[in-house]
Amino acid sequence: MRAYLRTYWLLARAGFRRQATYRMALAAGIFTNSVFGVVRASILVGAVTGAGAAVAGYDALAVSSYAWWGQVLLGSVSMWGWSEVADRVRTGDIAADFLRPVPPYLTYLAVDLGRAALALLARGAPMLLIGALYSGITFATGAVEWVLGLTAVALAVAVGFLGNYLVNCAAFWLVEIRGLLMAYSVVATLLAGLYVPVHWFPEWLRIVAAATPFPSLIQTPIDILSGYAAGPAAVRAVAVQVGWVLALGVAGALATAAGRRRLEVQGG
Amino acid sequence: MASGFTAYRAVLRSRVRAQQGYRVSFATDLFATVLTGLAELLEVYVIFHNTPRLGGLDFDAALLVFALANLTFAAADLLVGHCDRLPTYVREGRIDVFYLRPLSILGQLMTSEVSLRRLGRISVAVVVLGIALVRGEVAPTPTTVGMLALSIVCGTALMAGLFVAVAGLQFWLVDGREFANAFTYGGAYAAQQSSLVFPDPVRIFFTFVVPAAFTAYLPTLVILGEPGGDFADPALAWWLPAATAWVWGVALLTWRHGVRHYQGAGG
Repeated sequence: MRAYLRTYWLLARAGFRRQATYRMALAAGIFTNSVFGVVRASILVGAVTGAGAAVAGYDALAVSSYAWWGQVLLGSVSMWGWSEVADRVRTGDIAADFLRPVPPYLTYLAVDLGRAALALLARGAPMLLIGALYSGITFATGAVEWVLGLTAVALAVAVGFLGNYLVNCAAFWLVEIRGLLMAYSVVATLLAGLYVPVHWFPEWLRIVAAATPFPSLIQTPIDILSGYAAGPAAVRAVAVQVGWVLALGVAGALATAAGRRRLEVQGG
Repeated sequence: MASGFTAYRAVLRSRVRAQQGYRVSFATDLFATVLTGLAELLEVYVIFHNTPRLGGLDFDAALLVFALANLTFAAADLLVGHCDRLPTYVREGRIDVFYLRPLSILGQLMTSEVSLRRLGRISVAVVVLGIALVRGEVAPTPTTVGMLALSIVCGTALMAGLFVAVAGLQFWLVDGREFANAFTYGGAYAAQQSSLVFPDPVRIFFTFVVPAAFTAYLPTLVILGEPGGDFADPALAWWLPAATAWVWGVALLTWRHGVRHYQGAGG
């Protein structure tokens, strides 16, 4: 068991260091995220100004905080076009993954957690600073909320990975999944509340979003870290995330097993 | 010159045919780009579900900005969007092949792909454009028709220029390809908004440096007869060809220096 955990720890560290190597990419990411942060904050603040009053509890400061917290998280929580598994299915390399003594599913999860940790420190933290200087940012106040908030970020990263992984598993059957991945990112980013808070959605769209794991990606961690949700509401939101991690985790394991059988049928 | 033209045409035809070969893939890609357009439209709808006006525009005017910005960006993306794959070509040494052929490198890069799947997003934009013009009760006068045509033609060229400008920078950046997104996708995102949502410095940046506001917002002011605001005067819209020339001037400059900067992959 200990040797097992050590393996995953080393994989997570490798994921962390792989991202840390590309300093230029980090600088570029921070610059680009800042530009998008400014545009997004402007739109949301513009909406509050246009409405003439706070919208669903968000005043100008709260809603620009929302935009900047989103920029903090989006480097860590993966919602865009991760296709490593699908690519390896297409090339056949996935067969080598299945031969290793650690299951590929958990290997990729460990590497992704490491990547997310680096992204949070190297891309997220600067966004927090830039957002605070640009328009101000609100934070959770209690120690309990901070613990819950950071837990929510870790769970959001896991949900993001598991969702992506499930879509990648479709490659066992379809081989080419570029369109599917793209459709997934579009729906995920929209329903996660990346562009507009889920609390601003009209009733019907809020119900649709609540039926998916996507609000767990962005809306939930932001709600807690920014102080929008606290106490029992925050605990409930984290519990929902745990539920999605379990559900998607099981689904991913089943899809891997089924996909593996399918792969053997192809004769790889 | 004529033989160069034939070569480009042959390459383009092969790219189009290649995409027709995989029908299911193409259909899902097309579906995904339609979905992208619809999701962005839904965002505009959600914003206006909460406020009657955004940056001085009502929902109908915002629809027109959305349609023009999406149409010009998606058309540019179809034509030259693959330029942002240049870092991959550089890293893998595949760009070397472009240097060896007796054709312009930029010409080859631009014709190396034509992403027909982006027609999905274009079709969403065209439908929204129609709806916006009807809802805005736009009368077909020389001013409105002229502005609309100018916006679509020059706006597309302007957006395409942004792709080429940052592609030139990629020869230096390579790992920093995300920088490019700030100007292309960031510019397109800014173009979809009323300029008046931005604080003055940001508005000036997106009007006079990366002139995204020229593709959709400023033409919309002219077409609908909206007043605009500081650094967002409707009369500015007629300077769209100048803004396009500025972007392409920068683009050709960065591209020329980029091509000369490249030292080869040692292949």
